[in-house]
Amino acid sequence: MTTLTPILTERWGTERSWTLASYQAHGGYSALRKGLAMQPAEVLDAVKTSGLRGRGGAGFPTGMKWSFLPPPDGGPRYLVVNADESEPGTCKDIPLMMADPHVLVEGVILTSWAIGCHHAFIYLRGEVVHVYRRLLAAVEEARAAGYLGKDILGSGFDLEITVHAGAGAYICGEETALLDSLEGKRGQPRLKPPFPAVAGLYGRPTVVNNVESVASVPSIVERGADWFSSMGTEKSTGFGIFSLSGHVTRPGQYEAPLGITLRELIDMAGGMREGHELKFWTPGGSSTPIFTAEHLDVPLDFESVASHGSMLGTRALQIFDETTSVVRAVSRWIDFYAHESCGKCTPCREGTYWLRAVLHRLEAGKGEEGDIELLLDLCDNILGRAFCALGDGATSPVTSAIQYFREEFEAGMHTPAHVLFPPERSALFHYVPTGDATTVAGVH
Amino acid sequence: MAYTAETLETLAADAAQIVSRYPDPNSALLPMLHLVQSVDGYVSPDGIAFCAQTLDLTTAEVSAVATFYTQYKRRPNGEYTVGVCTNTLCAIMGGDEIYRSLSEKLGIGHDETTEDGKITLERIECNAACDFAPVMMINWEFFDNQTPESAAETVAKLRAGEPVAPTRGPAQVSTFRETSRVLAGFLDGKAGEGVSAGPASLRGVELAKAKGWTADGPAKESASGGESAPKPGEEHSSVDRPAEDPKTDGKGEAK
Repeated sequence: MTTLTPILTERWGTERSWTLASYQAHGGYSALRKGLAMQPAEVLDAVKTSGLRGRGGAGFPTGMKWSFLPPPDGGPRYLVVNADESEPGTCKDIPLMMADPHVLVEGVILTSWAIGCHHAFIYLRGEVVHVYRRLLAAVEEARAAGYLGKDILGSGFDLEITVHAGAGAYICGEETALLDSLEGKRGQPRLKPPFPAVAGLYGRPTVVNNVESVASVPSIVERGADWFSSMGTEKSTGFGIFSLSGHVTRPGQYEAPLGITLRELIDMAGGMREGHELKFWTPGGSSTPIFTAEHLDVPLDFESVASHGSMLGTRALQIFDETTSVVRAVSRWIDFYAHESCGKCTPCREGTYWLRAVLHRLEAGKGEEGDIELLLDLCDNILGRAFCALGDGATSPVTSAIQYFREEFEAGMHTPAHVLFPPERSALFHYVPTGDATTVAGVH
Repeated sequence: MAYTAETLETLAADAAQIVSRYPDPNSALLPMLHLVQSVDGYVSPDGIAFCAQTLDLTTAEVSAVATFYTQYKRRPNGEYTVGVCTNTLCAIMGGDEIYRSLSEKLGIGHDETTEDGKITLERIECNAACDFAPVMMINWEFFDNQTPESAAETVAKLRAGEPVAPTRGPAQVSTFRETSRVLAGFLDGKAGEGVSAGPASLRGVELAKAKGWTADGPAKESASGGESAPKPGEEHSSVDRPAEDPKTDGKGEAK
């Protein structure tokens, strides 16, 4: 049986955990002293050797991403932390930054040291104002303590951090859209190549890393790459925060080695909602193809999840029981993608529009003959043809739900989802339904 | 420009502070739009002109950015934005019913404001608190684990001018304008208020503590300290588990 490994979550909930005093009382900033005594290349090597892979969804090796920066040319190079956590189901970075912002600050300093950056940015989504307060305050405290600014701890290394709040746009989680947004533009993705490592923020070499990736760096520096890679699987090393939400008894954040299974996690979360059973779930947010009860024992690492037709993503485990209409769930996710599509490319902009229209009529029980084929054809015209991963992600719930629950989509040609699956049975509180739920919900 | 000389002076000083945070002044545009909302309660034509002038952009360029992001309001916003998450997970856990009942009680729909100017109601997308579903945000502070009754009670207090405390956040929800100023990057002294983490965030770490689980695991190398901890998985190793173990309530696996 796999057991939990609290590292990033360890200080959460302790007395005033967000303050410098508390962080230092728990050993905080000792990794920074150790790291600054090392050569930048040694820090980079440690992260590379650890096998840490990006925790923001794509799973690209973090150390390799750093090493893609071209050799220094005397001009600036930047670190940008992607704190735009918005993928439906994903809820790990926000509590991390609220409870323990200094671990991110320490990770930013170490990463900047490793890559030769002197001005780092944390791009936080704007819809979490208290997290912004905590980050701003942490950076102020760190600066006052001499961890930021000129000649940090006598190392000769200079670094400033700017914490920047976005303004509400899911697409800004895409790294090049994030860079455009940080430059004060509409958050629309850029054509790649060039990749940010070569031409990123202000056209300069830039590393964009997820919050959890950067926050994992201090522990790797402190405790060693071997310690990190002793956890997890061979190709998916280390630990990660698994976010359980939905119809489980105790939803929450469970930090564990990669490779743990949903069966183990549901056990830890007290089982499914009493009297109910698992129907479907997302392994890593709504952009990852759904799984069912037959996937309970799939190890949640990058390779195993991929070999079963989905993606580990952000380990956002949204769990739904048998009361849930898969058509309603997918229809609502597509509302989201249609709303958040930036409009830059035709397959995504038009494709999500039409997916939404077809799903709405299926949800209302007014589907037409051939609608399932139409959905699959639309997905086929989006997947691999969109400008960025948003379009690809939108197809995931549709094609996977049709694969596992085709009969529910067929039923959408004659019976509304709310008749087949009365919404009040899925809700976590008791209420007496009034009227037709589908006529009020979900239309943006 | 319709700003008074005094307002303009304050705005310019704040804008200069924002611009100083970035290597390129244009990066200041998003926080400056939040700043404009903190003065006008929405992205006003005056505010657009101010941003354009300060950053040497056209008003069309500023408007193009302002209309891209959902937090920027094109019409005067209510004192409190009440956002109910109706993305899939929250919707199914009850968010749809919370939204429906609030909408009915307030007599307004999505992105509409009550006549007293107090409440702007919104359907919002996933706000990264799924383990606290169903979630409501008021001026972007967390109200976790909502029911139609709890949401209605909170909103009634707001309309009556009573203070309201988020589940995870400061002691009292700030107004839309006050919140916008924080989002422009100006601290309001409230960072130290509120909890470290909510109960759901702590479930894993508390379970680990109760069971004695740590990450000091099968250390091949002790980088620092080197305390040799029990190896995770030593007990209850997977070989002891039947392949088709039915879902237990977790307690069955306890040490």
